[in-house]
Amino acid sequence: MSKINFLKPDKSNLNTFLYLGSFLFLVSVLDVLLNSFFSLNVTGFLPGFISYFLPLTLGFIGLYFIRIELSGIKQLDQLNKHINTNNFNAILSLLIIFIIIKSIPPILSWFFVDASFAGDSKDVCTGTGACWTYIKVWMRRFMYGMYPNGEQWRINLSFIALALLGSVGYFASDKFKKYLTLYYVVIYPFIAFLFIFFFISGGPVFFDFSYGIIAAILSIIIGFFIPSKFKFYYFLIVPFGLYILLKYFIFYEELIELGKLDGLNWVETGAWGGLSLTFIISFFCLIFCFPIGMAFALGRRSGFPLIRYISIGFIEFWRGVPLITVLFMSAVMFPMFLPADFFIDKLVRCIIAISLFEAAYVAEVIRGGLQALPRGQYEAAKSLGMGYWRMHIFVILPQALKLVIPGIANTFLALVKDTPLIFVVGLLEIVGMLNLAKTNPEWLGFAMEGYVFAAIIFWIICYAMSKYSYNLEQKYKTDR
Amino acid sequence: MTVIAVVLVFGFFTYNAQVNMENRGIDFGYGFLSQESSFDVQFSLIEYDGSHSYFRAYLVGLLNTILVSVIGIVIATILGVIVGIARLSPNYLINKFAAFYVEFFRNIPLLLQIFFWYFAALRALPLPQDAEAMFGIAFLTIKGLYVPAFIWQNFDIFFYSIVAAIIAIIVIRYQAKKLQETQGKQTPVLLISIGLILVLPLISFLIGGVRLSFEVPVLKQLATTSFIYEGGVSLPPELIALALSLSLYTATFIAECVRAGIQGIGKGQKEAAASIGLTPNQVLKLVVMPQALRIIIPPTTNQYLNLTKNSSLAAAIAYPDLVLVFAGTALMQTGKAIEIVSITMFTYLSLSIAISLFMNWYNNKIAIQEK
Repeated sequence: MSKINFLKPDKSNLNTFLYLGSFLFLVSVLDVLLNSFFSLNVTGFLPGFISYFLPLTLGFIGLYFIRIELSGIKQLDQLNKHINTNNFNAILSLLIIFIIIKSIPPILSWFFVDASFAGDSKDVCTGTGACWTYIKVWMRRFMYGMYPNGEQWRINLSFIALALLGSVGYFASDKFKKYLTLYYVVIYPFIAFLFIFFFISGGPVFFDFSYGIIAAILSIIIGFFIPSKFKFYYFLIVPFGLYILLKYFIFYEELIELGKLDGLNWVETGAWGGLSLTFIISFFCLIFCFPIGMAFALGRRSGFPLIRYISIGFIEFWRGVPLITVLFMSAVMFPMFLPADFFIDKLVRCIIAISLFEAAYVAEVIRGGLQALPRGQYEAAKSLGMGYWRMHIFVILPQALKLVIPGIANTFLALVKDTPLIFVVGLLEIVGMLNLAKTNPEWLGFAMEGYVFAAIIFWIICYAMSKYSYNLEQKYKTDR
Repeated sequence: MTVIAVVLVFGFFTYNAQVNMENRGIDFGYGFLSQESSFDVQFSLIEYDGSHSYFRAYLVGLLNTILVSVIGIVIATILGVIVGIARLSPNYLINKFAAFYVEFFRNIPLLLQIFFWYFAALRALPLPQDAEAMFGIAFLTIKGLYVPAFIWQNFDIFFYSIVAAIIAIIVIRYQAKKLQETQGKQTPVLLISIGLILVLPLISFLIGGVRLSFEVPVLKQLATTSFIYEGGVSLPPELIALALSLSLYTATFIAECVRAGIQGIGKGQKEAAASIGLTPNQVLKLVVMPQALRIIIPPTTNQYLNLTKNSSLAAAIAYPDLVLVFAGTALMQTGKAIEIVSITMFTYLSLSIAISLFMNWYNNKIAIQEK
């Protein structure tokens, strides 16, 4: 053994330094561990200040000793490379290790050990931990809002059915793959709307609005057989004509009779709430904001100055104001601009407001994708004789959208995270319900549990979405 | 075609608005701004009470919005840059710790975070009479943070001395740059700058007659169980909760911008800088950061804008910002929905445009001067 210089650890005394360093490091970790898990203060005989900083000092010296470059031991080299490159890093690593060790016991005890799970009244929550009983008792309210308990199967059933219908894409054979876009963009939202309108909301099967739906479907089906030359005028006239025709001449009496057959109770939108409302709003806003945003992104690059300026104005306006004022506008200002007898439901107004707001962000994201495409793509498409729409639908948009998947995913995440703001107009989704439950005199003082619960739910949703978008990005990545 | 459609739609809306307002007996106009507001605001930077006008109330709200936005932007930038650099650290633990922070705070709605801090975390603070003093002068209680107030004498001389120091620093920096470009001599600019900014105000204290004293908050008993601190500056818990959650939330996004910016710099740049003998700190400061800033600034501008707009969530916890004071209370009292909502939106629009203009100017300033 050669002479040992403790200020300069080197390879020749590897074992000495290794054992000494590891020992000091382990002692420091053990000290903190005992202190935090068993509240044993091993170094309590020392003055407070020294006792406080002793683990840090010991650990630092230990890490200094084992910082030997190219020691020949693989694990040691890895360790040095990852957490122990220099003094500063060593101290930071130690601090983080200590913080983690210190914070585990209180978190564990709050979440599990001292928490109360059983029972269904406030009396069981006497411990210092969380009161999960509160969440258990209020679960239905957090999930369904004020929706009547007996009717909640309607929400469950609709969501299950919609989830199944939504997963059609995974099972479709190659033959039907080309219709999937049409299915997801047009048919699926429409089915979802019908489910929510007739099933969750309940109410009469037939009234004014239903005629509109029938007229629209019929005219679209007939529209496939109309030569494209007349299509514009056809869609300008026929749906409205059909609507009037249906409403006043045909079916009327019979359909009113049919309308009496419904057996579901009407549940007004004010009673909807909780997590299911979060899902409903996010779902529809996602579906609406995407095409609107796409339209404005194309409009901003349009050759017509008027369309371009309208698009720019629209996008910059919505991007410049906070969502909360937009919701204020939809609540107090928007009704002023409508005819007095014309009433739009609060929820619908909210969905329109959020969709328009997010559409502006989607538009900017898509514009980024459009700008990133080389001019050659446009020119190639044009040289093949494609028109504006054909070029965009088959050549430009598929490539542009592929490029901006992360951006769109971020916008959608922001949308989901923005849904709690609808408390402004008096709709209570999960965060709003938490605030309501918090003020219940029987259950005062459990704000923390509620917020932690909602935070976990939102975190899972958002994290899953961001991971999914990452997978999507990888899947559609093409080397260019 | 499009023109006619637009005109028709607008005409339809205006007509409806007129009819509706006639029905409700409201007349359109901004005259209410000069009327007496007769409501009170909890926290305001300028003198305000019920006898002032609605316009004054608007100013109070606007200043409060700007205050919380500025605090949020400053903290979020500092935290975001630190976390962004930490995410690129070779140290495994620091890296994962930063990643955990970003993933955690980014995926929880901001409103929920504000509620959490305000209703759950800050409610766990002690009452004024139980609060322990921090450094003997500041008190963090359930009713807010109480810090000492500065009381200046001859503040203007102190102010001028600081202005003089800043001007001197700018001149010296300019000279030093010129010296380095022409003769290759380096001057310790940082040391001189720190010296100047310390010494000049110190001189103003010694010979300029500037005096500074502190007014420490003192506990005062209002009733048997009700205590309050008097004197000093008090920051309401709403402001603390809002600034905290805004900066913690926005810092995650800024951190990602910083990370993307630094990663966007080619490896060759760093290697080249290292090979001419720069230390790792110099590489970061002189080579990586100036280039990375060009990538970082545009998305960070967006985050600043978002933060300013998100500060309107203050209405949820009754921090008297623009939305709560003006679009909330004032609207309730006057019923002038169209005017007030449009003024509010226009104000936010102007704030956004102001921030983006400033950041565009800064971005242009540091952009590559291509020939």
